[in-house]
Amino acid sequence: MPKAEVLFEDIGVTVKVPAGTRLIEISERVGAGITYGCREGECGTCLTRIVKGQEHLARPSVLEDKVLKEQMAGPHERLACQAQVLGGTIVVRP
Amino acid sequence: MISPASAIPDGEAVELAPGVHWVGAFDPSLRRFDLILSTANGTSYNAYAVRGSEGVVVVDTVKSEFADVFFARLETICDYSEIRAIVLNHLEPDHSGALPELLRRAPQAEVLLSTRAQSMLKAVTKADGVEYSYRPVATGDTLSLGDRTLRFISTPFLHWPDTQCTYLEELSVLFSGDVFGCHFCDQRLFNDRVGDFRYAFEYYYRHIMRPFRSHVIEALDLLEPLELALIAPAHGPVLRDGPRDYVDRYRTLAQPTLQAETCAGEKTLLIFYLSAYGNTERMAQAVYAGAEGVEGCRVSLFDLEGSEPSLFVDLIEEADGFVIGSPTINGDAVKPAWDLLSSLTLVKLRGKLGGAFGSYGWSGEAVQMLEDRLRGLKLVVPRHGPKVKLIPTEEELDECRAFGRALAEHLTGVANQARVVDFADLIRP
Repeated sequence: MPKAEVLFEDIGVTVKVPAGTRLIEISERVGAGITYGCREGECGTCLTRIVKGQEHLARPSVLEDKVLKEQMAGPHERLACQAQVLGGTIVVRP
Repeated sequence: MISPASAIPDGEAVELAPGVHWVGAFDPSLRRFDLILSTANGTSYNAYAVRGSEGVVVVDTVKSEFADVFFARLETICDYSEIRAIVLNHLEPDHSGALPELLRRAPQAEVLLSTRAQSMLKAVTKADGVEYSYRPVATGDTLSLGDRTLRFISTPFLHWPDTQCTYLEELSVLFSGDVFGCHFCDQRLFNDRVGDFRYAFEYYYRHIMRPFRSHVIEALDLLEPLELALIAPAHGPVLRDGPRDYVDRYRTLAQPTLQAETCAGEKTLLIFYLSAYGNTERMAQAVYAGAEGVEGCRVSLFDLEGSEPSLFVDLIEEADGFVIGSPTINGDAVKPAWDLLSSLTLVKLRGKLGGAFGSYGWSGEAVQMLEDRLRGLKLVVPRHGPKVKLIPTEEELDECRAFGRALAEHLTGVANQARVVDFADLIRP
């Protein structure tokens, strides 16, 4: 199975993960600082800055895109409960 | 409730400034608001109408049960066809309850609301099956009514994500939504005529705004520079006498409850525990000893049975992290632990460090349940806490010491040294 590497800047830990894993699951297991609310892509609590490797995340769904707009998210922000890693190296700032 | 002689009769609007009217409703019999707030003499739902040379704008509405009195007042100052826009500073049902009916009566009106309120508007009006016209606005956007200009100021999380304030520039009137409001029902309406509402103002801040302290400070930075002739909040008295005093009071209330005592850069970790036979207490002492050995972390240990949980809320608000130790009894953490956690909705917890540990006799579910709850409260839980069957051995106490040390190192940043781990090796939370 393809793997990706996700670096959480707040704790300095890089996690090797299978493709398809959502950022929130990785953050939770490694103890990084992403907090969440609904976990269903609606509340925007887990809005997270992607410092590098945005192209290695699955594109936002229609729902995520709508919530990102409502949250006035920047171009490098994603919902951690929705964003799935595809491969490569991704750097995240919770 | 006895209405004072100067009470406002039903069916009358009250002029606050030239062309600016209060068209709200009083709810004197309410004794509990949103299930959680005491309202000793009820509340009011304040709505306003602003007339300019090019039409009328309604600012907020009322709870649906009070729609009739709202419409009766509104009809005394305008025809529905004159209403150009409806400004919603906050979509909670006590302010948007009459919106669907108002939109039926004034279908030409454009709804103006914050960006984050859009999904809430849809939820409020979805039962109608009608798509209403709306426009999101942000700080600096304006609406001209000819000789009157409304300027919008985004003040999110005071106390919902959608909240905003609206400023009437020519008359220096601030329609502040729930900010500077309170649950205090007095039909004399103005702050210089009503009874003593100071406790209601403070109580409202503590329960509604305090969890969003950092957002309060951001909002004050936007609101303080405004010239203020009058503040028209969505609940409680209209603040026409010394409106600036209420802004200043918010600035004071937004300061930390406890005076800072830590050195620069020092982190604070609180350890709470409950113990029936002394086993969880011994674990707590070991967690404390482990954490206390980490330089740069100030650690405190408390027996939850020694105090009301509410007294710890101020401490937790200022702490960088906290840990709870609870035995498992009847398959659950014990009630004082849950009581503490349920008291914490008054303060901001997001991003604080959390942890749990405890002894058990049979199945030991408490630790996982507490950790799940801490995550639900938006704390970061970087480590699984130790759970020990009955009496801890020296090796198990070593685990507790290591747990305490790891948490303190996480707080101080010592643990955050670059390393690579495999997802499969991480334990599922």
